[in-house]
Amino acid sequence: MVDYSENLIEIRDLMYSRGARVIFKDMNLTIKRGEVTALMGPSGTGKTTLLRLITRQLIPQQGAIFVNGVDIASLNQRDLYSLRQRFGMLFQNGALLTDINVFENVAFPLREHTKLSNRLIRHVVLTKLHAVGLRGAADMMPAELSGGMARRVALARAMVMDPDILIYDEPFVGLDPISMGVIVRLVRRMNDALGITSIIVSHDVAEVSTVADRSYLISDGKVAASGSPDELSAAKSELVRQFMHGMADGPVAFHFEAPDYAEQLLGRDSE
Amino acid sequence: MQQTRSVEIGTGLFVLLGMSALFFMTTQTTGGEKFSASETFEVEASFENVGSLKPRAPVSMSGVTIGRVTDVTFDPVALEARVTLIIDSQYDQIPDDSDASILTAGLLGSQYIGLQAGGSDTFLENGSEIYFTQSAIVLENLIGKFLVSSGSGGDE
Amino acid sequence: MKGLLRDIYNNVLEFVRTFGAFQLFFLRIIRHSPRIVLRRPGLVIKQIHNTGALSLVIIMVCGFFVGGVLGLQGYSNLARFNAEDSVGTVVALALIKELGPVITALLFAGRAGTALSSEIGLMKATDQLSAMEMMAVNPVRRVLVPRFLGGVVAMPLLVAIFTCTGLFGAHVVAVDLLSVDVGAFWQQMQLSVDIKDIREGVLKSFVFGIVASLLAVWEGYNAIPTAEGVGRATTRTVVITAISVLILDFMITAVML
Repeated sequence: MVDYSENLIEIRDLMYSRGARVIFKDMNLTIKRGEVTALMGPSGTGKTTLLRLITRQLIPQQGAIFVNGVDIASLNQRDLYSLRQRFGMLFQNGALLTDINVFENVAFPLREHTKLSNRLIRHVVLTKLHAVGLRGAADMMPAELSGGMARRVALARAMVMDPDILIYDEPFVGLDPISMGVIVRLVRRMNDALGITSIIVSHDVAEVSTVADRSYLISDGKVAASGSPDELSAAKSELVRQFMHGMADGPVAFHFEAPDYAEQLLGRDSE
Repeated sequence: MQQTRSVEIGTGLFVLLGMSALFFMTTQTTGGEKFSASETFEVEASFENVGSLKPRAPVSMSGVTIGRVTDVTFDPVALEARVTLIIDSQYDQIPDDSDASILTAGLLGSQYIGLQAGGSDTFLENGSEIYFTQSAIVLENLIGKFLVSSGSGGDE
Repeated sequence: MKGLLRDIYNNVLEFVRTFGAFQLFFLRIIRHSPRIVLRRPGLVIKQIHNTGALSLVIIMVCGFFVGGVLGLQGYSNLARFNAEDSVGTVVALALIKELGPVITALLFAGRAGTALSSEIGLMKATDQLSAMEMMAVNPVRRVLVPRFLGGVVAMPLLVAIFTCTGLFGAHVVAVDLLSVDVGAFWQQMQLSVDIKDIREGVLKSFVFGIVASLLAVWEGYNAIPTAEGVGRATTRTVVITAISVLILDFMITAVML
């Protein structure tokens, strides 16, 4: 029996392919309640696809994904939406709605799902904006924000419904060191202060190591390694070492598949 | 708040403008609605040829529209066209020997019925018949007659 | 030869599939519409503003000049038959039955349709639609339906405005510049324009409104979520709307005759 109280998300024997390309095969993965879990891997391994599977924006061909012990493939639209209200998701570039201002962006889920009075909405939104340090930007439009600010606003929006699970898709990409530090600290603080379970998809080894409790390294459609950041750093596997230490060549080849170099240069392959 | 206000005002103005344009179109460009009497009486008339007279065509007297055509049918017994008209009830003193002719507004205009007052002491009322009628002038017949008469005129 | 046949077969099949998907999409939009109208009229009003009120200037300027040129052409051609008094009739019938709905629909595709599809395409490309999905908000209902309804409401009003500014333009040219008699201008028009003609024009404007808005929303929603894909979707909106409107115009006219 699975212990639902401890494992919030369970992925069992997952198989997913797009066209002829198999993205995941026989993948097993668990995400523990209350932890910060990192999903890492070289680009192109389908980390974002995995997030879409977990949130059922995509449906796997085989295997099952359980959230709180419920197979999410079995949910109807209404149950799915009520499950999604317990998810908060931070998209890579924030994905703020561009036609409304920062305040309305954060208020958006409240206005759609609750009948709270304007006064109460204002109170909640300002609290969340204050938590990410952007209370002063409430009247700005998303286009006026820097990348780091947009991501913080998106974080405030992801938190506004007080979710159980926060999902971050590449939260550190393209940020300057200061913004990055801010986001890292926010992730950790949200997780610990509010008792949220966090999932981070990233390939920033250094940043993830400072924040994650447990990391999964995904490669070739499978979990190649898992453990705490320290355990992964010390792992012997060549793939893990290549990834964790950023070596150019190794199991993940530097060269894309190509015919023999010398032969191609000398033009002998046409014979 | 200011922004939603201007959106609302803009939308309101736009919808009002559109509605009034629609209203203008339906009331000002059509002739059928020009004649709108609440009480009318019905009169019939037979014509040898109605030309292109259609229902809704105006009925006028001395150039003033007093009614309109409601129906144009063919009477298979008398072999004539039967035209039903309605006339505003306020014109209840039209002599019953008045004469109805089918006229054309302008060279290419549509056709209408013109009434020419007679001298009788009895007036048209609901169900009356106008006996004196003059058919539409059909251009081809006119030209034909002209050619025939000028041809025969040359012989004499 | 066999390959060519297979290509043709595949293309035809793909066309039929797209067409079917489009119909299902239409049904989906319709199904969500009553709820939005009843519960979130504010969303629709905002879109009436975006598609209608913001298209007013282009519609009125074009309407004025189309009416004006009809007045000029009508006058110079009718004058040969000494029938220049009928210029009002010619202009009114042309505007009410054909040019009003058709040109407005084409301008709508160019102004509002492209704006709609690029906006929706960009929302898709920047994950805004996925973000809504994740916030348990149905993007079809929240984003597409209000934009569709806004266009459907705005189009007949735009057509009426176009037609009236066109009549005004014709009046300016024929009466004020070419000194056609004012009375003759309007009277001839009123004698020959029937309420049936106006009904035909209004029917066309409704149909074109539905088609143009639906195509714009559809192209945006199905755009490939990249800068290039959004650009291509915008172009397709104009092209497909223009073709559909002209074909439908022919069909409606043939049926109404």
